Parts: sequence; structure tokens; C-alpha cells
Amino acid sequence: MTSASSTRRVLLVAGGLVFLALVVLLAWGVHRSGDPARDTLPSTLINKPAPKFDLPLLHSPDIRITPETLAGAPYVLNVWGSWCPACAEEHPVLTRFALTKRVRVVGYDWKDKREDALAWLEQRGNPFLLVVTDEDGSAAIDWGVVAAPETFLVDGKGMIRWKHSGPLTDEIIHDELIPRLSRLEQAQ
Amino acid sequence: MTLRGATALLALLLASGHAGARPETDPTPLHYADAAEETRFHALTATLRCVQCQNQSLADSDAPIAHDLRREVLALMRQGRSDAQIRQYLVDRYGEFVLYRPRMEPGTWLLWFGPAALLLAAGAGIALHLRRRGKTHEVPLPGDDQEW
Repeated sequence: MTSASSTRRVLLVAGGLVFLALVVLLAWGVHRSGDPARDTLPSTLINKPAPKFDLPLLHSPDIRITPETLAGAPYVLNVWGSWCPACAEEHPVLTRFALTKRVRVVGYDWKDKREDALAWLEQRGNPFLLVVTDEDGSAAIDWGVVAAPETFLVDGKGMIRWKHSGPLTDEIIHDELIPRLSRLEQAQ
Repeated sequence: MTLRGATALLALLLASGHAGARPETDPTPLHYADAAEETRFHALTATLRCVQCQNQSLADSDAPIAHDLRREVLALMRQGRSDAQIRQYLVDRYGEFVLYRPRMEPGTWLLWFGPAALLLAAGAGIALHLRRRGKTHEVPLPGDDQEW
């Protein structure tokens, strides 16, 4: 056998491998395109302390809430706005979860008018232990908020342990949020 | 379906919105102190990516979060922070993704040098192949006197 034909065979095998790799890459791309969370950026804040904030309560703006107010036990922070259709879609799911009283659920009213937010909660029911308001959205930048709704899990020491972007579903609460919460409680 | 029905359905679809729907109020437009500030602001925001409309720069995007981040960038500029510090501020909150030009570090070496490495490898492969073929046998050229 000449060396030319063996070279040709090596090239043929190499080409075949490259082609197969390309097929795998494209198949992965097609598979990924069906994932609704494909454009979600990973949070840079996981396992980092929750950002400092000092925000008024929606229902009594004289009272201001800071992370220290909430320290001592885990809490779920849900970023929403009355202008946000996906938040309305998420609302029954969040309400069902909050009613189990598994953990404190804190609302973060983002870029919203106070009267709109109050009317929205009046109409749909208020699942939150308390709601803070961030009317101009400047404090939300520290949380890396991109679009409502977003949900954070913060542990008793004030560390962010989990984040979900987009509406919560029963599956996400059951498969992701509750197991993490159980782990936090066991660690305490 | 009647035309009116179709129009109503279209309006309903458009109104139903999605996770990225915008708040009712648009923030006030930015005002620049002078032309130099405006130039620096536009140059800086053009190199930053909007975190919501991910194929637009922060300068171009009309997403509400882009309005907020532009306002924040201007505020940070006025606090006297350098461009590098402002980029770092955004990277700390939103990750490396916000940079249109990724930084040179071990995690991005593949991104920076991958294409060149691929080109070099392919070139080397072809050169090796040609040299070996040249040594072993000449490809006979078809003669000019070939009869058709």
C-alpha cells in the first residue's frame, strides 16, 4: 500500500470525525432552541451576599426595609410589576406556594407606580409577607435584575443561593426551590 | 374567519405580551453636561451589551432595563469612575456577557485564539499532505495531444 493512500484514509477518517462533531453540535443547538430559558444569563450573585438595599414598604412607605430586617431565616424574593403579564401568569403559582408557609415570600415591586401595584394586589390577592418598592429600578441593578418576574432564594445569613428568571411553575418550585430550601434548613 | 375577527385576534396576541413586557412609564431622557461627556457616553455604551435584547448594544436598546443601565452608566461617569471601572461594575452584576469585547483571560483563550488555532492546524494538515504526495508520486498531467 502506498503512503498516499494511507494519507488519504487518514484524511477521510478525520473528515468523518469533523462531520460527526458538526452534526452533534447542530443537534445540540436544535435541542437547546426549545428551551424557554435559553437566553437567560446565569446570575453572578449565586453564593454571594444579597446586595444592600434600603427600600420603602409598598403598603406603608414610611417604613423602610433593609437586608438586615430580613436576616435570620431564609426568604424568597420575587421581583414583579403590575405592568408585567408574565407576573400575572405566575401569580396563582406563587400564591399557592406562599400559602404553604414553607418560607417567607417577599415581594419586590419593580419599576411600578404605587397605586397600580396596590390595585394589582387588591384585585389578585396578596401572597407576600411584605412588599418593597423600587420605583425607579436603581436598586434592582445591584440584584442583576433583567426582566420581571425573577425569583431569588436568600438564606438566613443573607447569601443568595438560587435564582430563577421567568415565571415560576409548580415544577420549578417542586424540583428546584424546595430541595434547595430543605438543604438550607438542614445546614442550619 | 372574517377580517375583523382576524384583526381582533392579532390585537389580542400583540397585547398578551411576554416576560419582557415593559413598564407603563418611560424614564426621562438623559441630558448631557457637554459634548465630551456625550461622546464618551456613546462610545462606552456602544461596547456594552443589553442584558435583555441580547443582540443590541446598551446604546441601541429600548428595553426598560437598558434605560436604567444607561442612566446608571451616566451616573457612574459623573462620580468620576473610569470606563474600566464602569465595565467592571456591570460585569459584577450581570456577568462577562455585557462586554461585547470579551476580556483576555484563561476562560476566554479558546474564544480569542480558537479560530487562529483551527486555521493553523488546517494549514499544517494540508501542507503535510501536499508535501507527502509530492514526494511519493507525480500526478501525470493529461497530454495536450489527447484525442477527443
